[in-house]
Parts: sequence; structure tokens; C-alpha cells
Amino acid sequence: MAKYLLLKHYRGGPAPAVDWAPMDQWTPDEVDAHVQFMRDFAARLEETGEFVDTQALAPDGAFVRYDGEGRPPVTDGPFVETKDLIAGWYIIDVESWDRAVQLAGELSAAPGPGGKPIYEWLEVRPFLADSPTVTE
Amino acid sequence: MNEPLLRDLVPAVIGVLVRRGADFASAEDAVQEALVEAVRVWPDDPPQDPKGWLVTVAWRKFLDAARADTSRRGREVRIEGEPMPGPGEVVDDTLQLYFLCAHPSLTPASAVALTLRAVGGLTTRQIARAYLVPEATMAQRISRAKRTVSGVRFDQPGDVATVLRVLYLVFNEGYSGDVDLAAEAIRLTRQLAAKINHEEVAGLLALMLLHHARRPARTGPDGRLVPLAEQDRSLWDTRLIAEGVDVLQAALTRDRLGEFQAQAAIAALHADARTAEETDWVQIVEWYDELVRLTDSPVARLNRAVAVGEADGPRAGLAALAELDPSLPRHAAAAAYLHERDGDPVTAARLYAEAARSAPNLPERDHLTRQAARLNAQLPS
Repeated sequence: MAKYLLLKHYRGGPAPAVDWAPMDQWTPDEVDAHVQFMRDFAARLEETGEFVDTQALAPDGAFVRYDGEGRPPVTDGPFVETKDLIAGWYIIDVESWDRAVQLAGELSAAPGPGGKPIYEWLEVRPFLADSPTVTE
Repeated sequence: MNEPLLRDLVPAVIGVLVRRGADFASAEDAVQEALVEAVRVWPDDPPQDPKGWLVTVAWRKFLDAARADTSRRGREVRIEGEPMPGPGEVVDDTLQLYFLCAHPSLTPASAVALTLRAVGGLTTRQIARAYLVPEATMAQRISRAKRTVSGVRFDQPGDVATVLRVLYLVFNEGYSGDVDLAAEAIRLTRQLAAKINHEEVAGLLALMLLHHARRPARTGPDGRLVPLAEQDRSLWDTRLIAEGVDVLQAALTRDRLGEFQAQAAIAALHADARTAEETDWVQIVEWYDELVRLTDSPVARLNRAVAVGEADGPRAGLAALAELDPSLPRHAAAAAYLHERDGDPVTAARLYAEAARSAPNLPERDHLTRQAARLNAQLPS
């Protein structure tokens, strides 16, 4: 088994495959269907024994760095419009890269306006594993 | 075996050990070990005197640990505790534990964790799960908290207000993991109310009962948030409401109003309305006035503005809201609601969408997005 991070972005990544209106422009039923899909997706991963974690991130925040001895840290933010912005993630523990890609594909097909898949780009990143016990 | 009943005994047993000369941190560890043994042994062999059993086993665990500790240090240290208080001194051990665990030298997060373990008798694992942090992290938080209060004398009276703040925090955390923190907070507040005759303890207990009574109606079957006005009131727990109202009325007769009594009075007025339309908003505004006077809290002012909108019309509500800092949490959501009531769905939809972006949790974000979507769907495009 190997762990993968499925990253959702508020913005950034490749150009959208379909440019949907923001969610508040959908009908209430479309919003409900989307929210329900997300809940079901996590429940389904638990059933298959592949779920590790899911979290959502607020859009605000800032970059922060050290600025030398005795000085307060420097912050840069809130994030400017052009920057890549992470919205949240799933962590899954699956048999293979192929399985991770398959699941990301399913998550990307979350329903949008008209119940059609939103074709959302998701970033899939393998975790670096711990060193194995047997090395030779 | 009834686990909450077993856990009811925890603070008193810790108190006995401390009185026998154990330091608080070691006593608390020993009682946790005794609890683990009780859970293992009692189902097959229930004791006649559960508290006596726990005291005996915990004291033995304490002595074992102290001896091991002493021998590790080359038998240089004798077991020395605080001198026992003289006979006739009546200090309630359980009450003292509440004060100790909510000591002002602790951060709120530490006070919460220590209270849940030493007063609530929950295991570190249960507390860690409830707060979604690793068990090792929670263990460290608790042991640091114990070190922080190690110099605090056990027989000094503490401040009830700090205890209430801690219990309120536990209650507000709600439900995650296998421990129902809201129910646990109610159990601990009930226990405190039985120990000390204090109007604000009663006020907090009433507030918790009245809020807890509405919990079954607060989320839909699909996990979505259901606002107060739309809740199915037949799902409200009338037994809890009746108890909450009784507790509150008894507290109010003492004529020493505090913030928890005022909040409970507002909750009671909501609970009292058979339909949302029957809500006595004029009285609710009066209670918010009291709450603002008592706390000067911006959150109370924000809620007051919404109540004014119901009592005197949305324009009055918006005027009250205009006096407040727009960066307050939920300011945009309150403004959206009032603008919709004022017949301005365009502004309301924009504000709901803005509120969704700054929502503090997912259920609220989904709810606010849905509100914006509902209004936008009705607008001519």
C-alpha cells in the first residue's frame, strides 16, 4: 500500500476543462448533489479501506518567513489572485499509482450544473515512504 | 457497566489520594490506571463498594509507582506529600479538582484537556480523538498542564468563572470521535451544580440543556445544517427543555444575573415558541441588551442586531449592524439575512456568497452557498 495526496485547488493548475460558474450561481439542488457526492466519496473510501484523511482549507491565509534575529517574521498575504491556491485534500492509502489516478478521476467527476461532471483538475502526489525494514 | 457512572467517581477518588499525601499528578495517573483495571475486572466481578474499590486499587498503584520511582533514584528520596489538612476542614475534593483543572495559569486548551481527564475520567486516547490530534500530542499537553499546576495548593478556593469558561468550551466542541463532548460537558456541569450553589453554574447548565434539546433538529439526515427558523420543532427534546427552563427559573429568582443566565433566557424563549413565527423577539432583544451590558461582546451585539431585525423590522436590524465592525465573524451572513428580509435579494445573494468564502466550517459554508444559490436561482438572469 502507498499513500497519495489528492489536492483540490481554488485556483492554479492547468486551464479548466470546463469553465463553470461559481457554486453560488448553481441551483440549490445542484449544490446539494455536489455536497452529497463529496460526503459519499469519503464514506466509500472508508468502506474500501483506502481512506486516511480529508480536510478543507479556508481561502485566506498568508506566506510567512523568518526575517533575522530579533525581528518578527515577515508575512506576504493574503494570497494574490494569480497565485495557486489549495482548497483542501484527500489522503488515500491504495495499492498502486493506477488506483490513485482512478480515484482522482472519480472525484474529478463530482456533479456540477445540470448534474454534469465538473471535470475538475486534481493534483495527485505520492508521499515519500518510510525506509523499509529489509533493505537487502 | 455504566461508564459515565464509573467516571463520576473519578474526581472524588483523586481527592482521597491527594488528601492521603499523593501529589496531584501522581494521584491522577494512579486513578487512570485503576480505571483501566476497573473496566477489565468489574464486568465479571462487580465490587460492593465501587468508590472504595477504586481508592484501594488507585492507592496501591500510587505506592507502586512511588516505590519504583524512589528505587530508581537510589532510595534517596522518601515519599513526601503535602501535610494532610486537619480534621473538621470541609473542602469538597471534587470542587477543588474543577478549580485546579481550570486554573488561570493554564491555557484554555490545556485546561479543557486536564478537566476532561482528571474530572471527567476520560482516557487520553478518547480526548485526543475528540479533538482530532495524535494521542502523543494530547498526552504531552496533559502532562505539561499537570506540571503547570503542580505548585498550586489543593485547598484554596478557585474562581467559578474560569471553570464555567472551560465547561462552555467543551460543550461547544460538539461531537467528533467516540465521545460526545456536549453530553460530557452537561454531565460535568450537572455534577458541578450539585456541588456548588451558584446562579451562573445553573445558568450554564440551563443553557447547555436548552441547546442540547434542539440538537436532533439542527442537522438534516444528509448532514446539512438546518437554521432555527426551519427546524422541525417536534424533534426538540421537551424533557431537556423543561429541565433547562426549571434550572434557569430557579437561578433567575436569585436576582444575580450573569452572561450564562442571559444566554439561557434567550435559548428558553426560542424553545418556548411552537413555531418560528411565535417567537417573542421583543423579549429576546431585551435579553440581548442585558447580555451586551454584561459582556460588551461584539458577538452578542451581532446577534442582537439580527434579533432587532426580527423585532423592529430589517431596516432597524441593518442600522444596528452598521454600527459594528464588518470584519466580525458572521457579519456578512447576518447582513445577507437582513437584506433578504428587506426585499433586496441581489445584495443578499452577494453577501451570502461572501459569507460562504469566510465561513469557519464546512457545514456553514455549504449552508451559505446554498442560500446564495437559492436567491440567485430566483433572480431574473
